[in-house]
Amino acid sequence: MRRGAVRALRRGVAALVVVALVLAPWTVDDYTVALLARTLALGLVAVSVALLTGVAGLPTLGQTAPYAAGAYASAVVGSHLSDVGLVHLAVAAAAGAALAAVTVPLVVSARGVVLLMITLAVGELAVTVVGRWRSVTGGTDGLAGVAASRPLWGLPVLATDRARYVYTLVVVAALVGVVLLVLRTRVGLLLRAGRDDEARLRASGHRVPAHVAGVHVAAGAVAGAAGSLLVVAQQFVSPADFGFDTSALLLLGVVIGGTASVGGALVGAALVVAARDWLFGVLPGQAPLVLGLAFVAAVYLLPDGGRRPRVRGRLLPAVPARRPAPESPTPTGVRA
Amino acid sequence: MAAGIRFDPYVVPALDGVAYGLLVFVAAAGLVLCFGVAGILNLAHGTLYAIGGYTAAALLDGGWPSLALALAVGVVAATASGALVAGLLTRVAARNHLTQALLTFGVALAGGSLLVSAFGPDDPPVRVPAALDGSVVVAGHRYAAYRLVFIVVAALLAALIHLVVRRTRAGMLVRAAVDDAEMVAVLGVSPARIRVGVLAAAGALAGAAGVLGAPIIGPGPDTADAVLLLSLVVVVLGGLGSMVGTLLAALAVGQIQTLGVALAPSAAPFLLFAAMAVVLAVRARGLATVRRAT
Repeated sequence: MRRGAVRALRRGVAALVVVALVLAPWTVDDYTVALLARTLALGLVAVSVALLTGVAGLPTLGQTAPYAAGAYASAVVGSHLSDVGLVHLAVAAAAGAALAAVTVPLVVSARGVVLLMITLAVGELAVTVVGRWRSVTGGTDGLAGVAASRPLWGLPVLATDRARYVYTLVVVAALVGVVLLVLRTRVGLLLRAGRDDEARLRASGHRVPAHVAGVHVAAGAVAGAAGSLLVVAQQFVSPADFGFDTSALLLLGVVIGGTASVGGALVGAALVVAARDWLFGVLPGQAPLVLGLAFVAAVYLLPDGGRRPRVRGRLLPAVPARRPAPESPTPTGVRA
Repeated sequence: MAAGIRFDPYVVPALDGVAYGLLVFVAAAGLVLCFGVAGILNLAHGTLYAIGGYTAAALLDGGWPSLALALAVGVVAATASGALVAGLLTRVAARNHLTQALLTFGVALAGGSLLVSAFGPDDPPVRVPAALDGSVVVAGHRYAAYRLVFIVVAALLAALIHLVVRRTRAGMLVRAAVDDAEMVAVLGVSPARIRVGVLAAAGALAGAAGVLGAPIIGPGPDTADAVLLLSLVVVVLGGLGSMVGTLLAALAVGQIQTLGVALAPSAAPFLLFAAMAVVLAVRARGLATVRRAT
């Protein structure tokens, strides 16, 4: 009964969000539309974070790396080879997947907080490389004046903010749809099974390292495609778009959105990014302070029970959620 | 410096690399302790270093007393901040590492903002004691005296860390807490208290590194991120929890960042990445399980 009500509520919210997103360009001004397009791109990265963190139980702080790879690949292809958005998307997704594939040996056997650490280092190093590789990325100045693209061969160029937003929305909707469909198949089952009881999945003969590598590459491709959308949305790309704060904001958005929920990640990330943009407008000097305090507050205010993410390895101190607690008393603070 | 170079242009970068590596080690040692003992990824660690750095910039006036004062104030401030992080974390200690990462990042963001609003958005200059402001001749090269002294002091600090962790009762408790926290609790020592102590000690190390290393990695709005990244890379390279491994990794990273840049400027941005990829790929299987604080 209650579960049904919750499900109905979630469907209602999802429908409302979709309707609002579709109607947005005709109701708000151009600046907000451009902001929304950028937020959607970030939301797609959040989807890839949720795919890894929530669905597969592999927490990550490094999805900015494939995101940046996709953005720069898209920008370079856009200014030298082709102005077709579909080509940009394919190249960006390939670049993100390639970067993720390169880092697979680093992450495939790590779990829990070790994985957080390694992915954070990978993401930060990628941003450092982007900032220093001046001949391709323009260094810290970034690549400005990226030419406008056309979605498909023969279609007109995306010249207005509204057109760019609609293009972004369509691509995000399509990719999120694909992710949701794939998660409904056996692939999604295997990923969740690996998250909930990896040892058992291994014991029954499944090749868990291959699953982990696969979901990393897939998430890299999604983040790379999001990078292409970012370039379309803001027609400019610089290392500042992929900083440490971006990773942390994405993680906060995913945690707020319920970790394992792809749609929730999108909405959560959008909320967090919107809050940040609004704060920077209202309190130019104090925004990081307020944002930092908001992080702390969010940690204390987030509900603990049902939304607690299940994660592989040592990330969780207690026993798995569905089993009864052990009889032996656990001293406080142990393996917290 | 150009006049001093006679035969080998790589001595100075190599020495710089040693100083840089030792600095990174002292900064990263605290992160190793946090991570190894408490299993906490403290994303505010770079901010603790920045506290030390800003203290040095504000208090150093070229004399020895000011250095002692800056060291005392910087270490106390960073220790207190580390204890504050520990206090905030105990409330969520029963939760998972995702929330811990979010919390420490929030502290880092707020702390960095407070530091910038207190000391301004520019990189403040740091004055080393007048006696060390010149340069000395090392193997035919002129080299900054402060860095040479820093190498000695940091090496002493590294030895001290090693001794404390290996030989003292506190160090034994910390190592015991890594191996078997429940047994330590049974022995009558609260693991929660050990965790707070370790986070405070990590803060003290970061603060000391910040004060002493301010002339090498100076305070500024980007310092916290840079130090956190370097420490993370060093801790990962060093085997996630091994002090000796961290020291070796820090020295290697120091050489990569200085000698590597001098030898192969075009490849410099990728060297750190490559080093990490190689080390992790070679010993990735061990990393997931190895968690020591030796």
